Amino acid sequence: MLDKIGIAKRIAKEIKDGYYVNLGIGIPTLVANYIPKGMNVVLQSENGLLGMGPFPFEGEEDSDLINAGKQTITTVPGSAFFDSAMSFGMIRARKVDLTILGAMEVSDNGDIANWKIPGKMVKGMGGAMDLVASAKNIIVAMQHVNKAGESKLLTKCSLPLTGVRCVKKIVTELAVIDVTPEGFRLLERAPGISVQEIENATEGRLIIEGDIPEMIID
Amino acid sequence: MNKTVKNADEAIQDIKNNMTIMLGGFGLCGIPENCITALVKKGITGLTCISNNAGVDDFGIGLMLQTRQVKKMISSYVGENAEFERQLLSGELEVELIPQGTLATRCLATGYGMPAIFTPAGVGTEIAIGKESRKFLVDGEEKEFLMEMAFDADFAIVKAWKGDTQGNLIYRETARNFNPMMAMAGKITIAEVEELVPAGELDPDHIHTPGIYIHRIFQGANYEKRIEQLTVRKK
Repeated sequence: MLDKIGIAKRIAKEIKDGYYVNLGIGIPTLVANYIPKGMNVVLQSENGLLGMGPFPFEGEEDSDLINAGKQTITTVPGSAFFDSAMSFGMIRARKVDLTILGAMEVSDNGDIANWKIPGKMVKGMGGAMDLVASAKNIIVAMQHVNKAGESKLLTKCSLPLTGVRCVKKIVTELAVIDVTPEGFRLLERAPGISVQEIENATEGRLIIEGDIPEMIID
Repeated sequence: MNKTVKNADEAIQDIKNNMTIMLGGFGLCGIPENCITALVKKGITGLTCISNNAGVDDFGIGLMLQTRQVKKMISSYVGENAEFERQLLSGELEVELIPQGTLATRCLATGYGMPAIFTPAGVGTEIAIGKESRKFLVDGEEKEFLMEMAFDADFAIVKAWKGDTQGNLIYRETARNFNPMMAMAGKITIAEVEELVPAGELDPDHIHTPGIYIHRIFQGANYEKRIEQLTVRKK
């Protein structure tokens, strides 16, 4: 079973040289730490920055320079600032190659729910609805089951949707899964996890064909 | 054309109860601190505030929530604010949540003189309910878009890094965020800046918001520029 860092490391392998990438809050943010050295990747922060760098050194933080999670950050050489309309413009125009975000539920047709739980205080969708509606490639980092052990990979999402038919790939603590027109397709198993365990944890349609290899993380 | 006013109190003097105002900023970054303080002091109520976020309990728009001056918030994300949550749950405060890109682009539409935009954000979700939609061919595929209307705001209040007496503005780093679109979208736009210089001192090639959109400008004082999430690494 993977921990959060394991999920982040596995997702980092999906990033290709030359990509512009938007990372969501939580596990997706960790992905930045595992992008292979020497690879040219530009991180987009939807509050108006291309070329996001690591956290600043202590004492060098700048209150004008934050990411979409409101954390203090730095820029890398070659970065650019812009306004929020242009930021979502480049997202809508599919200039951003890859979006990585978290989810509460995903259905086997690629619907995603990650912004609202009925009965709980709703904080808002932020940029999530814009990102999922427009991104050319969306990878979701999520837990396969909830705390009660119930699957979060479903035939149909039970929570209010963020976007429809948009998720392309899911990386969980148990598996790497593609979302295809026929349903979830199992690609890889987490170390020590059997195909049966993944089947048990997946409520939606799961396609299993041939030998399913174990993921290579490092 | 000199747009200079003395301070925030003078800039906001004709903002009245029940008006709709836009406030620039993302989180606590790039917010018009001086004007928020002045609005709290003036005590006007029943405001509809269009702003990406609602501040925190003791800073930003959170200050106007403490004094119950806000009737409705139109935002994309309103977490990190206990007083907001209390007022929302008790029914004292209305909230309309809008996708962030839709919020930004509706401001842009106003400033560009366009009545509406079409965006795919929210298609198939509850925010599409009751909205007009239309299909367009995109890359050879039919895709559905929602029609979202331009905003109609009595005032827009923005914060810039530098400005000149003509109202030309330059923003700094990610404190730019919603400020340029909101600056274009107010019937009356107020700009507060960290440094106000005479017209001619800013390089015209470096202006982000041309002064035509700005009606009043002043140099703010005592900027706190509070950090919401301090994240650092060790040297």
